[in-house]
Amino acid sequence: MVTLVYATAFYAATALLVLGLARKIWLYARTPAPLKIPTTPAPLTRSGAGFRVAREVVFFESLFRSNKWIWLFGWIFHVSLAVVVLRHLRYFLQPAPAVIALIQPLAVIGGLGMVAGLGALWARRVFVARIRYISGPSDHLMLALLIAIGASGLAMKFFAHTDIVAVKAFFLGLMRFDVQTLPDDPALLVHLTLVLALMVIFPFSKLLHAPGVFFSPTRNQADDSRERRHVSSRLDAAPRRA
Amino acid sequence: MAEATKFDPRQHVHGDPLDMPALCPGAMQASKPYPAAPNHNQALGFPGELAPDWKEKAIARLGELLESNRALRVYLDSCVKCGACTDKCHYFLGTGDPKNMPVARQDLLRKIYRRYFTLSGKLFPKLVGAEDLTKEVLDDWYSYFHQCSQCRRCSLYCPYGIDTAEISMAARDIMDTIGMGQKYSNEIIGKVFSIGNNLGLPPKALRNTLEGLEDDIEEETGVRVRLPVDEQGADILLVTPSADFFASPHMEGLIGYAKVLHESGVSWTLSTHASEAANFGMFIGSHENMQKIALRIRQAAQDLGVKRIVIGECGHAWRVAYSFLNTLAGPFEFLDPNYPVPQHICEFTYDLIQQGQLKFDKSKNDAFRLTFHDSCNVARASRMGDWAGGQFDIPRAILRAVCNHYFDMAPEVIREHTLCCGGGGGLLTDELMDLRAKGAMPRMRALQEAADEHGVTHMAAICAICKAQFSKVLPMYGFDREAIVSVHQMVSNAIVLTGSKPPEDQESGDE
Repeated sequence: MVTLVYATAFYAATALLVLGLARKIWLYARTPAPLKIPTTPAPLTRSGAGFRVAREVVFFESLFRSNKWIWLFGWIFHVSLAVVVLRHLRYFLQPAPAVIALIQPLAVIGGLGMVAGLGALWARRVFVARIRYISGPSDHLMLALLIAIGASGLAMKFFAHTDIVAVKAFFLGLMRFDVQTLPDDPALLVHLTLVLALMVIFPFSKLLHAPGVFFSPTRNQADDSRERRHVSSRLDAAPRRA
Repeated sequence: MAEATKFDPRQHVHGDPLDMPALCPGAMQASKPYPAAPNHNQALGFPGELAPDWKEKAIARLGELLESNRALRVYLDSCVKCGACTDKCHYFLGTGDPKNMPVARQDLLRKIYRRYFTLSGKLFPKLVGAEDLTKEVLDDWYSYFHQCSQCRRCSLYCPYGIDTAEISMAARDIMDTIGMGQKYSNEIIGKVFSIGNNLGLPPKALRNTLEGLEDDIEEETGVRVRLPVDEQGADILLVTPSADFFASPHMEGLIGYAKVLHESGVSWTLSTHASEAANFGMFIGSHENMQKIALRIRQAAQDLGVKRIVIGECGHAWRVAYSFLNTLAGPFEFLDPNYPVPQHICEFTYDLIQQGQLKFDKSKNDAFRLTFHDSCNVARASRMGDWAGGQFDIPRAILRAVCNHYFDMAPEVIREHTLCCGGGGGLLTDELMDLRAKGAMPRMRALQEAADEHGVTHMAAICAICKAQFSKVLPMYGFDREAIVSVHQMVSNAIVLTGSKPPEDQESGDE
């Protein structure tokens, strides 16, 4: 019964996540950028602009210039999350690639870093007056959700071990549409339920910053408006003579 | 304004320019520009006044803008409320009103977007900060979207590059669309359409002014430097803000351009059809009006048969010219492809300096201990030269070439980090003086630091709005009203014109 509920939920959540994100990405891509608006000084070439976006994604360059504390906590959280997510690939790949095996020892640090980073960001949200002012219920809940995911995962690592071989069999089975039994340990079910919630919320929340950063015209446009005529909307079609 | 009671700028001129204020919710709630009269709205194609079905129209317009502007769509979705921008707006630093934190300003529009255009906002409005569009929200929009000078300082620091200027332009566009226009901007755009420039200076008055300037220059230097207008077949069309024809220190800058152009030997002309570089269509976020205004420049260039377009000292005008003109009014296949279209007058002067074609007597500026105010639209929304950051290097190189005493302000408040003068983005109007004075505080503090540290006496700028704003706020902060100068005013002071009177003659002719 538990197995069936979670199998169905994972199919549904995956569909929502993929379709929801695809719809948003399609909307972003389809909407014209009528004018050239890179925040200058900006790279003069398109490849330079691509590199700028890459620096934003990997190093959070602008955030670093803005606020060292937010940068530090945010970057620790995201890098830790990346490590943790990569580590979880072993539940979906058989055999797991050597790289994934190699980073397994980092994962505990990743898990702790994730929770610590989130905790520090939450502390700022609570204790820094101007950040408290701009925080709504969903901002706090998002942090709570992510921390709970990290904490329940760490709990399984340290206290309430689950049968990870069976967990892997369950997910590999899902990918082949061949449902295998999921262990019904409470810590695992809590962890998976929270992850399901995150998957569903993703395309409808501020987590859209993930695809959004790639579509931000102030970052991904090259500063070349004099050299290359920017044409993207009906402004181009307007008659040049009154 | 009722709010303009207790703020004494002189009490605030000392201190860290980026000092964090205490939060004062509602401090600037009452700050509002005068609404446009019905005829001013209608002249731009907007309804005269708020219609009964304004709410539906506003939501529909937001929907249209979401479909037509990727930046708006992405930026309304992407904010994670990290707080990086919260201490970056000069109006927040000057007022402490939390709604002047960029993210809070964006949220005024974002909460409406969420309510009507997102699933989460339709289902759980309270949870995600979505709100119904009400008259109270609309009044907040009118107040706080007219407390954004579209300077883009926040966009520099945002991890996603979210640009509050794009948000406030969209909000102003929506307000115009429902008949809630702002008097200052809309009245001025009307004047551009009916007369040709922001100041409403008719062609005949313009010609008289220019002739008067020619006489002044001749008296000063002994050289007949021309300021031609509507001259067919000239090589260069110069388009400059109309303040250059009218007020100080703008006019001294215009004299500087004329002297440089004279020395270059290239023929040039102004145009009565495009006697204005400013384009307030950008401030109100109306692409249609912005394009209509921009097309005057193309038309003037074609009608006069020029080969090049050069733009005078004006911040947002340079943004529109540099970043948008090619899109709005191009392609410019009829101009000389050997020169960028358009060129900034600073680029023109800088090139001549590099080629050694201009002679300067720097000692003429020895009374000035100068610093340079990077204007936001030049700094963060355009470029000069062919390298990233040329917009910072070129004006400074010009100033160093023409004066002996140049000092930068602190590194965290110049170049791309520059602070707005406090009057940009369509806010340069008297009824917003309280806001303008407070918004200038960070820059005034930075100037005070430079004065204390280096004995700086004057600040040069290349923006008509900056110059006008500083002329007003400098005295409030205890500086000389004339401490603000044009970059080309400094050029004008130092340039040695070919065939000019020898120094002795000049001195006797001075008085």
